[in-house]
Amino acid sequence: MKKIPQKVIHRYLRHDKKFPHVWCPGCGIGTILGDFLRAVYNIGIPKDEIVMVSGIGCSGRMPVYVDFNTLHTTHGRAIAFATGIKFSEPRLKVVVISGDGDAAAIGGNHLIHAARRNIDLTIIIINNSIYGMTGGQASPTTPLGDYATTAPFGSIEPEFDLCKLAESAGASFVARTTAYHTMEARQIFEAALNKKGCAVVETIAQCPVSYGKMNQQSSAIEMLKWQKENTVSIKSFDKLSPEKRQDKIVRGIIVDKDREEFTARYENLIKRLQKNESSKEKSKQQAGENQKKSKSKSKKEEKK
Amino acid sequence: MSTDRYNMDRNKPILLQGNEAVALGALDAGLGFFGGYPITPSSEIAEILSNEMPKRGRKFIQMEDELASMASIIGASLVGKKAMTATSGPGFSLMQENIGFGMMTEVPCVVVNVQRGGPSTGLPTSPAQGDMMQARWGTHGDHPSITLYPDSVLECYELAIRAFNLAEKYRTPVFLLLDELIGHMREAVKLPPKDELKIINRVNPNVPPEWYKHFKNNPKYISPLASYGQGYRFHVTGLTHDEKGFPTNKQTEIQAKMDKLLKKITDNLDDLIQVEAFHMDDAEVAIFAAGVVARSAKEAVLRSRKKGKKVGLIRPLTIWPFPDKEVERMLESTKATIIAEMNQGQLINEVLRVTKYQKHAKYIELQRYDGSLITPEDILEKINEVL
Ligand SMILES: Cc1ncc(C[n+]2csc(CCOP(=O)(O)OP(=O)(O)O)c2C)c(N)n1
Ligand code: SF4
Ligand SMILES: [Mg+2]
Repeated sequence: MKKIPQKVIHRYLRHDKKFPHVWCPGCGIGTILGDFLRAVYNIGIPKDEIVMVSGIGCSGRMPVYVDFNTLHTTHGRAIAFATGIKFSEPRLKVVVISGDGDAAAIGGNHLIHAARRNIDLTIIIINNSIYGMTGGQASPTTPLGDYATTAPFGSIEPEFDLCKLAESAGASFVARTTAYHTMEARQIFEAALNKKGCAVVETIAQCPVSYGKMNQQSSAIEMLKWQKENTVSIKSFDKLSPEKRQDKIVRGIIVDKDREEFTARYENLIKRLQKNESSKEKSKQQAGENQKKSKSKSKKEEKK
Repeated sequence: MSTDRYNMDRNKPILLQGNEAVALGALDAGLGFFGGYPITPSSEIAEILSNEMPKRGRKFIQMEDELASMASIIGASLVGKKAMTATSGPGFSLMQENIGFGMMTEVPCVVVNVQRGGPSTGLPTSPAQGDMMQARWGTHGDHPSITLYPDSVLECYELAIRAFNLAEKYRTPVFLLLDELIGHMREAVKLPPKDELKIINRVNPNVPPEWYKHFKNNPKYISPLASYGQGYRFHVTGLTHDEKGFPTNKQTEIQAKMDKLLKKITDNLDDLIQVEAFHMDDAEVAIFAAGVVARSAKEAVLRSRKKGKKVGLIRPLTIWPFPDKEVERMLESTKATIIAEMNQGQLINEVLRVTKYQKHAKYIELQRYDGSLITPEDILEKINEVL
């Protein structure tokens, strides 16, 4: 494996006018961005070929800082914009950055349809279990019983398992990692970027400010520790006894399967149709020539 | 429907439906991407394109909803494709947030709205002209609108091409508004030869990437647009932004952006506005009508003229920006104007606004919103009241 030089992420940041960034001290989003950029470096994808598309939220602010083709869209719609881009120009590497609210609440429909089509997008969902940007309202991944500014008595709604959702909708690659597990996160991002198909990566991140303040966890370090202690790699999970599995969140690559990818399927359709058309043209031309021939024949015969 | 049908001999008339003509116009304008969601009375456009696009190596996708359709065409346009979606009132409502995004980020694209009765699910298969204001003010915030309104099958074709030309030239979403009756009507039309079509493509930057500002202000307020993947690596956001596309809170930059959006339209009204004046030269009574209602109005004008009544018609092909100057001038010396629309009174307020100093004249409203067409007889009745 390539040795990653220090400060390699500086090669991918935009240096004009964009800093300081908007994220709070202790926020997990920056760490995840770092992991992602190291993955891009390791694979060696040219900056010009990456399009980073995001929705709205703290996570959605990521693209503005990076020196790629970047698109900061409307709340929940990043995947739909990305679909237009990828489908139009399949050679581009299209990456979606989305928050849990963005991807699973307002944009949930686009997520499942991207997975169903298996369109070649790398979808990174930054799951901080809260609406960070708007100050801590409940999201579809806020755990049952946890507090939010709109769940002052504890959430009474069960939460989504985003990986199960993506898997059952058909994504050909599904993984989960956290802001704490930076090496693993980088490797998973690399695998997701290399996957030809819809790759969904749920990345658990701490939001000490909006989530933490409502749930007596305002220290980022405590929250990172929580990520370490409450998650377990898929390999170790399989070895655990059923009781021990109970409260553990699985990390690692959960799905990695081969399924025909959407843009490739469409390219095949184009080829098939164009073949049909050209054979139709040919048979038409031939028919025309035959007609001419038979006409000229009959003329000759007339002369006779 | 096969490609053969659309590779027709253009010297002969062909029987086409309005929606079909829109699809054909879009194809001839260079449509590279269609993303849509089925809805009556617009679905034929998607159906035809699902058949015609892949054969031509172009991209067709049926999205999961209209929010996604609108988003997908903006994405496609950012990689350089001419992109379109087609819908009707309910879908048009769903698109509004991303339409605003397209306006703010100055991304060319075309949105076709084949209108039906509303509000809500309303009358899926009946004509109505209820979306005049949705086309003008559907998305939130200040913004100009370019909206074209054909009254025949041939014009569906022509204005579809024009919609792309204006979108590309002015870097903005453009609306093509159809009446249900125009979308579903069949007429024999002779399409212009392809080599006679005037096709406008967006201006690409000619500066090196380091110098490129994709919202660079200039006296024309229109800036060249690169495509993703060409090496320019620019940022696009719906947040109010500076010339490089980066979010800003600076008053001067906010003002400059908002002025840019407005002035690229208001400085070019002569290029944008098309109005047909039918027998208006000596008209004492004018009818103001657009789309399918203008067809009834033309009939009413001709019948009135036979009886020696000096009646004329003003028909805007561009409803937004509203043809203020043209309408005001045409109505300078008329005694009365009948404003006929299939809604509870939308464009009438524009006519009254631009003629507010012409106190000598009468303004008569003729409105139908019962799911049926305003007939020539409806209009003749109003004419008889004043002439
Ligand atoms: C259509 C729309 N509805 C609501 C909002 C307000 N809003 C902005 S961000 C956000 C939630 C973001 O939460 P999440 O997606 O989890 O991102 P995070 O900030 O936690 O990274 C909401 C509701 C909006 N911008 N647009
Ligand atoms: S509110 Fe939470 S998610 Fe948003 S920047 Fe602050 S810590 Fe991060
Ligand atoms: Mg969140």
